[in-house]
Amino acid sequence: MNVSFAAQLNSVLAALILLTAFGLLAQRRIYGLLHIFALQGFFLSVSTAVVGYSAGLHHLYISALLTLTLKVIVLPYILYVLIHRLRIHKEVEEVVNIPTTMLIGIALVIYSYHLTAPIRELSDFITRSTLAVALATVMLGLLMMIIRKKAVTQIIGFLALENGLFFAATSATYGMPLVVELGVALDILIAAFIFGIFFFQIRTTFDTLDLKAMEKLKEEE
Amino acid sequence: MILLILLGVNLAATILLAFIGDRKRAPELNIICSGATFAASVFLALSVYEKGPIISGNGFFFVDAFNVYLAVLTAFVSMTTAIFSRRYMRVERSRGKVGHKGMRFYHAMYQLFIFAMLLALLTNNVGVLWIAMELATLATVLLVSLYRTPAAVEAAWKYFILCGVGIAQALFGTVLLYFAAERIFGEGSKGLLWTNLSAVADRLDPTVLSLAFIFFMVGYGTKVGLVPLHNWLPDAHSEGPTPISAVLSGLLLNVALYALIRVKVLVDGATHSHKAGYIMMVFGLLSILVASFSLLRQKDIKRMFAYSSIEHMGIATFAFGLGGPVATFGGLLHMLVHSLTKTTIFFTVGHASQMHSTQEMSSIEGLIKGNPLVGWGLMFGVVAIAGMPPFGVFTSEFLILTASIKNAPFFTPFFLLGIAVAFAALFRKVMPMAFGKVPDNQKPIRVAYVPVIVHMALILVLGIYLPTFLSQWFHMAVELLVR
Repeated sequence: MNVSFAAQLNSVLAALILLTAFGLLAQRRIYGLLHIFALQGFFLSVSTAVVGYSAGLHHLYISALLTLTLKVIVLPYILYVLIHRLRIHKEVEEVVNIPTTMLIGIALVIYSYHLTAPIRELSDFITRSTLAVALATVMLGLLMMIIRKKAVTQIIGFLALENGLFFAATSATYGMPLVVELGVALDILIAAFIFGIFFFQIRTTFDTLDLKAMEKLKEEE
Repeated sequence: MILLILLGVNLAATILLAFIGDRKRAPELNIICSGATFAASVFLALSVYEKGPIISGNGFFFVDAFNVYLAVLTAFVSMTTAIFSRRYMRVERSRGKVGHKGMRFYHAMYQLFIFAMLLALLTNNVGVLWIAMELATLATVLLVSLYRTPAAVEAAWKYFILCGVGIAQALFGTVLLYFAAERIFGEGSKGLLWTNLSAVADRLDPTVLSLAFIFFMVGYGTKVGLVPLHNWLPDAHSEGPTPISAVLSGLLLNVALYALIRVKVLVDGATHSHKAGYIMMVFGLLSILVASFSLLRQKDIKRMFAYSSIEHMGIATFAFGLGGPVATFGGLLHMLVHSLTKTTIFFTVGHASQMHSTQEMSSIEGLIKGNPLVGWGLMFGVVAIAGMPPFGVFTSEFLILTASIKNAPFFTPFFLLGIAVAFAALFRKVMPMAFGKVPDNQKPIRVAYVPVIVHMALILVLGIYLPTFLSQWFHMAVELLVR
């Protein structure tokens, strides 16, 4: 595999990651979301491995493996179990104005390209053009958290955002040092347990996982 | 060695207390562990004072005058809060607000939280700093929802989501910083060590670092509670157990600000301009103004003091944004005295709301007659936090004000307006609670005397006379931060 082929492959994977980020925005079924999220993790992991191979950096294989275990297997499995236990697998979320959301998403992608332009000029990595995609994935995750009103979907948005950050780390710098990557993975794992506990707390306190029920704490007029 | 003891005690205590956290002597064990941490931190501080900055563990830890003073403060306040928590949590437990598992969880997470903050302070690796900040959030999230009331669960969820997202931005900032460093150091952990970065700060790419600073500002700024990123803070402070409110307000906000300042030093070095400082000044000023006007509208006592914390973190951020030796000295002192004063207030507020079984300010009355320590403690704390002489906050605010008049006269009126409004609001709300007759709903409880009295004495001393070692220390820290 020569370098330009690796670069092209990596661009394709970046495009696929961006596509899944948009898919998450549009998907209303909870299982659908879970599948798209796992797919995004898979693309991320493959992309990390490709970068590792073409740049000859072996620590990226570990990070690819980490992504594969955490983002494709462990987290979707935890969410799957939670969704089953909470009996919400049949719920379809009402999402208004998907076309408008998509347009905002496109604007965010363009903005990301604009924002990262100076960095692309500095970098001589094969992955430099994908940094914009990484930032766009972060922003799309943020957008998803803002427009969705269910606890589970917000968490998936949060995890997609985290995917964007991992992608940024591999595309801008060929991955963070291993200590940091492991620490971040540990934090995400702890976070997964915490939101699991949270789903049950919210359910027992509010009888629903709809966050519209949680609007008591506000400044009074 | 001493570093490992310092961090190890908390970690061991976390595991131990997870099992025996509801035993009869668990609160005492909690105090002993925090006390041991404090002793270790004092030893560490003494060796830094004598020998200068320490780098150890293959460059993993870095201790200088700036972070060691915050580490001592963190260990000290966590110890006094543990003393307060003993009586406070006993009342909560006997009233059935928290159960057996809740107590075990509470004690374990308290220690883990302290561990995470100390790790964030003492590490040299900017990436590990991020991890420790996230760990500190995660450790406290479920403590905010400890009482399982709808409001508490809502507050905790908000805290989890907003701080999670916020701090994710800081990770992006860290990636950008590493990107800039990699061009100098190449692959590996070396490029994330703060000591290395600060040595070559002027060779880091200014465009990349400016962009990174925006992400750091939003990320760590969320944790500092700066307006407009502050929405989680009043909820989390008002719904969690009071000892947690005290450490969140007195310690966690400081640690987040510490992270921001460390990054600012690098950005200033790279850009050779005052851009980062201006951004911090605007955020700080906005926080002062919005928080002081919000104080006027509060009905819940803990919520009100949460807004006061936003105001004071705004003041400190403003001071570090101003830069220059005087303002930086003022900012460092302000972090110290705010931490001591605000925890005193939360101690008394916690007891006051337990005496009345409510946090509604309209139902709290006659504190001085009911329990002089709680009543006068609260009055004392409010007088101090409002910036009256002769207390510590007056000194630090005066220094910041002087620097502001000299270097940023345009900002000064707004700064003064914020402080004045906060002063008026706090007094209007607190006077009726402290004075007046004892109402029927007031019940006497056993209160923790020691932490309140110790903190009050320290605040008074710091206002009247700054010990030589402390001022020398601050001078050393100022030299590190101002170049």
